[in-house]
Amino acid sequence: MHIIEAGNVAAAMGVKLAGVQVVAAYPITPQTPLTEKLSELVDSRQMDAQYIPVESEHSALSVCIAASSAGSRAFTATSANGLLYMNEQIHWAAGARLPIVMCVVNRGIGAPWTVWNDHQDAMSQRDTGWIQIYCCDHQQIIDTVIQAFAIAETVRAPVMVCYDGYILSHTYMPFDIPEQADVEKFLPAFTPDWALNPQCPANLNTVTLPEPRADVRGNTAPGYMEIRHNLHTDLRRTIDVIADTDAKFKDVFGRGGQPFIESYFCDDADHVVVCLGSLSYQMRDVIDELRKEGVSVGVYGLRLYRPFPDRAVAEALGGKNNVLVFEKALSYGYEGPLFSDIKAALYGTDNPPRIRNFILGLGGREIRTRDLYQAVKTACSENQNKPHDPDFIGLKM
Amino acid sequence: MRDDIIEIRWHGRGGQGAITAAKIVANAAFTSGYGGVVMAPTFGTERRGAPVLTSLKISKNKIYDLSPITEPDMVLVLDHLLVEEMDVAAGLKPGGLIIINSPRPPEAFDFPGMKIATADVTTMAANAGLPTGIVNTGIIGAFAKAAGLLDMDTLAGAIEAEFAGKNPEKNAEAARMTHAHTLTGGSA
Repeated sequence: MHIIEAGNVAAAMGVKLAGVQVVAAYPITPQTPLTEKLSELVDSRQMDAQYIPVESEHSALSVCIAASSAGSRAFTATSANGLLYMNEQIHWAAGARLPIVMCVVNRGIGAPWTVWNDHQDAMSQRDTGWIQIYCCDHQQIIDTVIQAFAIAETVRAPVMVCYDGYILSHTYMPFDIPEQADVEKFLPAFTPDWALNPQCPANLNTVTLPEPRADVRGNTAPGYMEIRHNLHTDLRRTIDVIADTDAKFKDVFGRGGQPFIESYFCDDADHVVVCLGSLSYQMRDVIDELRKEGVSVGVYGLRLYRPFPDRAVAEALGGKNNVLVFEKALSYGYEGPLFSDIKAALYGTDNPPRIRNFILGLGGREIRTRDLYQAVKTACSENQNKPHDPDFIGLKM
Repeated sequence: MRDDIIEIRWHGRGGQGAITAAKIVANAAFTSGYGGVVMAPTFGTERRGAPVLTSLKISKNKIYDLSPITEPDMVLVLDHLLVEEMDVAAGLKPGGLIIINSPRPPEAFDFPGMKIATADVTTMAANAGLPTGIVNTGIIGAFAKAAGLLDMDTLAGAIEAEFAGKNPEKNAEAARMTHAHTLTGGSA
């Protein structure tokens, strides 16, 4: 059934369909309507879950860590400074290998305060061990929330489902709500291989020595470094798990097929734009316009950011003349983080493309489609290799 | 940038319900076969009484560009005093339509080259039995009449669905009464 609703409602409907048992969240703009919707659904018993109000984001994720450790399917959501306030527990949830799902409703970070969209919040959590998936529209939000639990529970790692604040969270558009029975077929009830149990007390994630040593049962237990190596190798393996999950989702719901990178007119393109989130969809109108003018250009929307699908990226970009990376985040003092990752993926490939980085839309600076069109058109004609020093679009002073 | 999208900009004041009105029209459009519908409120530091904007885009095809409307085909103004405070016609395409909640006739407004429709939505809504100042459903009747894009019955159905449990009949009636009393003018 299709409904017209805001992106935050799409996320909430996904959480409900996924059979989440524990929700703990603290409201923050622009995530607030998502938590309000979930509290309504729980209060009216449309959703059989515990909604645990907390006094901060740090506590929100702490509650999810506890619930997940006890074997419950747990969800939280936040934005910007709320995400940063969680930071300690974000690392903890990944290290403890808990399949928590969190929506990050992307917003710029203070100081100075902003409530508007960019990707700096999620980017700052890139190296925490969480899987990060970006959404371009409401259908992807609801579908990805459901898929995220399947991925998280398969690899025992937490997932951030990222979508643009206001641009998606508060915009209304039609999307299909999957049938509950189909969701249950795709995502069975969470059955953890281990959960906290009062009958069988255990210490979890206590001080772990640098070297392996015998545990209380006399078995050789990994040291800190092995545990971290396992997290890394499991996340690399997650790339395949995400492809499998996407294929299974497509079997049941008929949607999907491009789990890592969505391609729009890229196959025969000389020039390709790469971006994350709703910007890649906005770019589609620019591509249509430039194609009419005979410019051989397409756009790739990257869906999966961590683990980074480096081989898929290298394959997609190989043979292109010109790669233009547009992003709403900045590693201050260097360049856009996505740009660095893409360059690294291309290192050592034959005849790497010319590459350029554009930073735009920070703190909600309006991204006018006309400006995007002009920037892409100019960059395609300049055909310039500029692997350092990003250009900024939309600066007014 | 695409020519298959009808772009409608809504001007109201914080608390007037312009977003709800645009959402009702979005639902009616979707029901009427417009598969691409996007309603994007422009968020700032809005508060009750301050001018607010909402963008509604309608197309038979999926809409990918969610950025605010800069060159609308149509503008709806829920409070005629906004006309004196700002340029509600900013970017309006030549021959575009301005629909204003006003007790005055279209001739009282000066928008060269534009079509103008007015309706006394405030009075019609009160006559329909709604509390004073509820204009976000009545204006939809003026939209139905002046734009000719969606039929009144479909819009009334969308109003009743949105206001289920909150005076659905009176809200739909406000739209129907306004529909019957909308004046059109300007250059066409």
